[in-house]
Amino acid sequence: MAIDKKTVEYVAHLARIELQTQELEKLSRQLEDILSFIDKLKKQDITNIAPTSHILPIHNVLREDIPRESLSVEKALKNAPKRQGNFFTVPKIIE
Amino acid sequence: MNKLTAHELIENIKNNNAASIQVVEAIEKRVKDIDAKIKGYVRTPASELSYSGDIKPPACPAGRQSHKATLKGIPISIKDNICTDGFNTECCSKILEGFKPPYDATVIRKLKEAGALVLSLKTNMDEFAFGSSTENSFFGPTHNPWDLECVPGGSSGGSAAVVASDEAIAALGSDTGGSIRQPASFCGVVGLKPTYGRVSRYGLIAFASSLDQIGPITKDTRDSALLMNVISGYDPNDSTSVDIETPDYTKALDKDIKGLKIGIPKEYFVEGIEPEVKEVIREAIKKLEGLGSITKEVSLPHTEYAVPVYYIIATAEASSNLARFDAVQYGYRAASFTNLIDMYKKSRGEGFGQEAKRRIILGTFVLSHGYYDAYYLRALKVRTLIKEDFDKVFGEFDCVVTPTSPSPAFKIGEKIEDPLKMYLSDIYTISANLAGIPAISIPCGFTKKGLPVGLQILAKPFAEETLFRVANAYEQNTEWHKMKPKI
Repeated sequence: MAIDKKTVEYVAHLARIELQTQELEKLSRQLEDILSFIDKLKKQDITNIAPTSHILPIHNVLREDIPRESLSVEKALKNAPKRQGNFFTVPKIIE
Repeated sequence: MNKLTAHELIENIKNNNAASIQVVEAIEKRVKDIDAKIKGYVRTPASELSYSGDIKPPACPAGRQSHKATLKGIPISIKDNICTDGFNTECCSKILEGFKPPYDATVIRKLKEAGALVLSLKTNMDEFAFGSSTENSFFGPTHNPWDLECVPGGSSGGSAAVVASDEAIAALGSDTGGSIRQPASFCGVVGLKPTYGRVSRYGLIAFASSLDQIGPITKDTRDSALLMNVISGYDPNDSTSVDIETPDYTKALDKDIKGLKIGIPKEYFVEGIEPEVKEVIREAIKKLEGLGSITKEVSLPHTEYAVPVYYIIATAEASSNLARFDAVQYGYRAASFTNLIDMYKKSRGEGFGQEAKRRIILGTFVLSHGYYDAYYLRALKVRTLIKEDFDKVFGEFDCVVTPTSPSPAFKIGEKIEDPLKMYLSDIYTISANLAGIPAISIPCGFTKKGLPVGLQILAKPFAEETLFRVANAYEQNTEWHKMKPKI
């Protein structure tokens, strides 16, 4: 599988990561190597094999909807890069 | 005092609160003396060493198992990806610079309830646990106490190095593809990855949620069992933790291994393994036979697919987990940007290191439209085959024994420019995570150059007691775990 620079740039955008030109070059090369290694999985016949996304049987865990103690606003906001009052601050998104 | 194990210290501390202060002081001194060379801890200086937890731990709520203060006064060192209330937890990444969690991970709460002292200095790691050498840390690499030019392994390299060099009594690490066992092997200490679901992941900053487990890194097997007694168990805050009783693991230690059936998978002794490692492992297997166990060659035919399956599943899960670092609620935010999307992209571009970007982008790619079936879904199917290999073997055998790593510790810088080569150093440890089974690495000898070699023991889900039984039987009849690096 070939992965070109354009694809890497597009995927980086999907992942919301800005890459410098040099990084993009290097990453594209490395990802190509890794993907061609991963391609050896194609050797394996997987007909009628069920996928395992979790090793244990996973089921929804529900609890009664009863209010209980949680983090205080002050604690929850303590690590915010930018805040205003009781809110996280982000750049304006509505014109 | 810093040289002792937890179980040796427990006797000292029992009725003497002053003794646990002395232990913390001894560790502080050791860190001041040698950590500039090892760099096992991050954000030193040691003069700022403090701890949370009480010398006289408060009584636990009724009915809770960890009521007994089994680790009273024992200092424990914690990997930088496990949340400690009020103490920086940065995953050794710039993107979490300055992050002080507003709560304790469940394992930290349990340690404190058992009377342990949780140290404020956290141990070094590859950024977000992405790596096998601890070179991917924002704070720079940790050095192996047995040879300062070598890596300590990773990603829990800091935890393994501080335990090996007596800068700690015992430590916690996390293991997604070998991140506890491989550094334990490289540093000559004991590292356990519990069964998936045995230990709560609440408060462990997630890498790959279907693979991650927290586990102990200790100076011997008894300490590993002691720590597991405290940190195991169901947690309503982690829906993947399993609601079954935690046994007293120390009870498994004194059972002999006569008649125990041990499988030796042939796929672990072929190409790629260094001859010296192979030789040391063969000797260790002979020792286990001498102790009355029955060994036989077995096959885990899909072993060769473990690394490619892992690097699809782990990166896919990581790309999703690391989406939370958006420069809004916590962590690093770029100084200038034009709009919201640009803020995300610049903050993440500047905040994540090379390996993190590589994995997030690879993970995003294998999940993206048009590639999902070819990569992600195929990997999940081959994961089933890998798991079934183990199911078959454990139908007949009590455990499986392998090398932990195909090589001893390698040189700093040797593999960092070649990600694929680095990924292959996890070849023997990854399968346990994919299959969800428990595995332990114990010291079993040295190379001619004096680097430790680790023996890996694997068992079926929730059979940690078998691991402790085999590990302790081996340990009682060898001296490897008592060897200390000259530093």
